[in-house]
Amino acid sequence: MSGSLIKRLAEARKKGDVARLAEAIPYAKWMQIAPENTTGELLTRMRYHDSLIGNTFLPAIHGGTLGAMLEMTAIFHLLWESETETVPKIVNITVDYLRSARPRDVVAAAKVTKQGRRMVNVFAEAWQDDRSKPVATASAHFLVQSPDDAEPSL
Amino acid sequence: MYDDRMAKPLTTPEERVALFQQLFSDTIPHNKALGLKVVAVARGLASMQLDWRSELVGNPETGVLAGGPLTAMLDGCCGMAVATLLKDPKPFATLDLRIDYARPATPGQPVIAEAECYRITRSVAFTRAFAHQGDPKNPVAAAAGTFMLGTKGEVTRAQAIGREAIGREKLK
Repeated sequence: MSGSLIKRLAEARKKGDVARLAEAIPYAKWMQIAPENTTGELLTRMRYHDSLIGNTFLPAIHGGTLGAMLEMTAIFHLLWESETETVPKIVNITVDYLRSARPRDVVAAAKVTKQGRRMVNVFAEAWQDDRSKPVATASAHFLVQSPDDAEPSL
Repeated sequence: MYDDRMAKPLTTPEERVALFQQLFSDTIPHNKALGLKVVAVARGLASMQLDWRSELVGNPETGVLAGGPLTAMLDGCCGMAVATLLKDPKPFATLDLRIDYARPATPGQPVIAEAECYRITRSVAFTRAFAHQGDPKNPVAAAAGTFMLGTKGEVTRAQAIGREAIGREKLK
């Protein structure tokens, strides 16, 4: 199951280059969402491109894309920061929209709120220029073991 | 301010779908990039379709769609359901959105979202939605979205279209 992503994870770990993880996920490539660890902290960046826009009048980035990048942020965090040998399966996510996101890059960081044996709760926060002014936050549950419980949905 | 004299329902459901397609997909860059299709619209109700495409896949070994495209469709579909109910059109924005991923979407098959705005107040609209692949009893995902009404900026044509296109017609 998800051998290519787990293989890619092992390669990325060996080289210390987390950005390689995004290459294994077609949707992440299409959205230009990729993890980076240049500052020593694992961050995920969604590069601005015009097809992210949801409101051309303001203009503002589509809320759905913020939810999507927060979800990818949580997944990259779980893959990179835990010793996982399986791809985490998302169970649910709740996104709070705090400010409208301008046509610029969005950056996000995640942290594990609770690590259980099978279930993990992750919090993620996204911002643009000013980290103290988040544009959206999310909390999500992932199944991290028991492949019998659910098919991989990543 | 929005001119109420424009409030004349379009005559056919086809015309209505075409108009909502134009305003909620063709002219919203991200919805257009996803290729969202408006399937149906009525007062308080909205339905959209997302076709499977290799770029939207989250797991290349299974071909299962990533969660992101579903999140974006459910957000857009809930927003469209809100727009159909605005008596006095005003700008609005998603306040929060919860998605439950009930099962992986079967690769190669389209996903259909059906949203309902079940309560609207002066400041907040409450919505629910399901995503399925033909059998609503076997959902791929469920969503609950809350929208803040009267946010800053000017009302877009999409946000004002409900009254114009649906008028005072009763919920079907």
